[in-house]
Amino acid sequence: MGKQKRTPIDRRDFLKSAAVTSVAAMVGGEASAMPTAKVAPTPGNGTHLMSRAAEIGDPSDAEILTTDRPGSDFMLDVLKSLGMEYVAANPGSSFRGLHESVINYGQNRSPELITCCHEESAVAIAHGYAKIAGKPMAVFAHSTVGLQHAAMAIFNAYCDRVPVYIVLGNTIDETMRRPGVEWDHSVQDAAAMVRDYIKWDDLPISLTHFAESAVRAYKIAMTPPMMPVLLVADSDLQERPVPSDSSLRIPKLTLAAPPQGDSGAVSEAAKLVLAAENPVIVVDRATRTAEGIPLLIDLAETLQAPVLDLAGRMNFPTLHPLNHSARGRELVSTADVILGLEVTDFWGTVHSYRDQLQRTSQPIIDKNTRLISVTANDLYVKGNYQDFQRYTEVDVAIAADAQATLPSLIEAVKRQLTADRRRALEDRGKRLAQSHDEIMEQVRVDASYGWDASPISTARLSAELWAQIKGKDWSLVSDVAPGMSNWPLRLWVFDKHYQFIGGAGGYGVGYGAPAAVGAALANRQHGRLSVNIQCDGDLMYAPGVLWTAAHHHIPLLNIMHNNRAYHQEVMHLQRMGNRHNRGVDRAWIGTTMNHPDIDFAKLAQSMGVHAEGPIADPKELGPAIGRAIEVVERGESALVDVITQPR
Amino acid sequence: MIRAYILGVGRWRHGNSSGFSRQALFLAVSAFLALVGTKARAQEIESIPKPEAPIHGDAKNGKRLYDAYGCYECHGGQGQGSPLSGSRIAPEPTHFGSFVRYIRMPSGQMPPYTSRVTTDAELTDIYSFLQSIPHPPDGKKIPLLATPAGPEKRK
Repeated sequence: MGKQKRTPIDRRDFLKSAAVTSVAAMVGGEASAMPTAKVAPTPGNGTHLMSRAAEIGDPSDAEILTTDRPGSDFMLDVLKSLGMEYVAANPGSSFRGLHESVINYGQNRSPELITCCHEESAVAIAHGYAKIAGKPMAVFAHSTVGLQHAAMAIFNAYCDRVPVYIVLGNTIDETMRRPGVEWDHSVQDAAAMVRDYIKWDDLPISLTHFAESAVRAYKIAMTPPMMPVLLVADSDLQERPVPSDSSLRIPKLTLAAPPQGDSGAVSEAAKLVLAAENPVIVVDRATRTAEGIPLLIDLAETLQAPVLDLAGRMNFPTLHPLNHSARGRELVSTADVILGLEVTDFWGTVHSYRDQLQRTSQPIIDKNTRLISVTANDLYVKGNYQDFQRYTEVDVAIAADAQATLPSLIEAVKRQLTADRRRALEDRGKRLAQSHDEIMEQVRVDASYGWDASPISTARLSAELWAQIKGKDWSLVSDVAPGMSNWPLRLWVFDKHYQFIGGAGGYGVGYGAPAAVGAALANRQHGRLSVNIQCDGDLMYAPGVLWTAAHHHIPLLNIMHNNRAYHQEVMHLQRMGNRHNRGVDRAWIGTTMNHPDIDFAKLAQSMGVHAEGPIADPKELGPAIGRAIEVVERGESALVDVITQPR
Repeated sequence: MIRAYILGVGRWRHGNSSGFSRQALFLAVSAFLALVGTKARAQEIESIPKPEAPIHGDAKNGKRLYDAYGCYECHGGQGQGSPLSGSRIAPEPTHFGSFVRYIRMPSGQMPPYTSRVTTDAELTDIYSFLQSIPHPPDGKKIPLLATPAGPEKRK
């Protein structure tokens, strides 16, 4: 650290001394001869705070104008100690101290600042990044308005059980607020507006407090169920010099081992699933890391049980003979034991629900079907937001992280497996493999319908895209349902943990584009080809993220699924129109995005992204994708605007 | 757009939604009777043409109606369907009686199209359009679909 030019004086101490000397001057006597600080006059009506007189006036000898060691430097040291590679932010004055520390004191390296055009984009970038990197990215957000912008994206990450590390600028001490805007951008309890959908927050009032809470926040965010956390970085604490006699230290971070299931419950689950004639393994966010997939394969192969992947994460290889996701409802309805691993909506998995004028539901499983649940969601539930779904009557509930529980579950199954039972399971496995082959053949047939259609079918788009990427180390960084009718999961070969990251979590639109950029950022250091199938409506929420990708040279292939409407909402309007016997011919009002059509290629080009389109002829699609991939492989972003069928 | 689960239910449970389960049909009919009464139901049923009646609609007008009435939203522009929104309904739609019956009183997630919003004549035209859609090329002979789905490519 550099030596300070002047004796460091705390801003608060400085103001206190100024107040004392002012009082002394009023009472006269010897005290009035003491040096006094020149305090700028309080502006009255019509007086600019920074008047010419104030600008050219001599600074007081007693006023300390600089420091070489602001608190924000130490805050950055803390973030560095947590291994933060990036911090996503739209600039805001409440964290100007931290911002400056990142770019100068930290030399903009680990963390590097990612310039965002919207706080919602910043959080969603961190959301996508975490699902590839397996660790949180920091987000700097600006007090009231910045956090309000960020709120929806935080909710998505919360619902998706993804850690995001938010550092929020704010000014607690009212005397430290500039008149005007800084009062609008200050709040008593900053985290209150998002506390319902974050896991933990704190408001440190000292640097020691900041360090402890920062390490604690990281640990909490990374303990399943993972969720966003928020730490308020008071602006005065950022900007105040670190006391010269300070003995600041950064506490050691030790992550908590993910919670494993109770041994008795695991044994009972193994017994049930092993004895079942038609067991089904339902997985949603079952795997967290690369180690999760082989564990899941081991369990499925040991049991020779079909796997139904609800695709909350990359859980199970699509070509594995035990992947029977396409048989969804049939599998569930014929199961005698269902093992749910981190299933977000178990009730919805075992029930049907009709959205007609009279809403009805019914179980699709037999009354004797036994349900086993393994989920960390049982360990942490909040009350206000209802993402916990309807209550499910399970027979064995294991409150634990599924991936962490898999080794003991596999071991329990193998321990109880007899030779006779193994032979029976092998026979079942052969039947399932045959069934899987039939599914794969049917996929080809299904994809051929609408093959030459214009607008281009989602199956054709997926097949054309796969033909271009299948020989590369690719990563699909977007969701595929419902807009893409799951075609990539049906046509492509997924077998690596980074090849799929699931969806938004909270179904909040505007997640797709920034999350793809964040995931691509995490993929960049591995040289992977990041592929984003981008919905048009989603991109229009905050298209500035294309600029972020271009500015930071984040290689990302964007393939527009441009169906020129919020089609989910068109369908809902159709439902209402018909329900009220008024027809559907006006359902396009307020739900479609045409007249004029949005030219996404020009939009992307305006922000420095290579782009082509719109392409409505399927024969033109493959070559355009090929050209875009050449750009991406040079380390840049590219976009191909494809006019598509709704689904 | 993903704002909620597709039409309010789980992601995969729409697959092959053209099935007419007895329970689902019972529920649909029960709900309908409770809401609009027996007389109205009888009128709907009477409006359904006999299955054996020959279908000679205007396919061109049927295409226009297919788009205007938003059929393509869930079933695709060529009736190719989607496992997440609506079943395949072309080029060989189910026989006309079942076709109309399901449109009037769907047992699944599909919005009901009563005769007040879609006439029998219009449904006839739409049906003719669906019949006019050519068969797709053989999926096994499309190079882009040759891999990886085939069992020969399994690892």
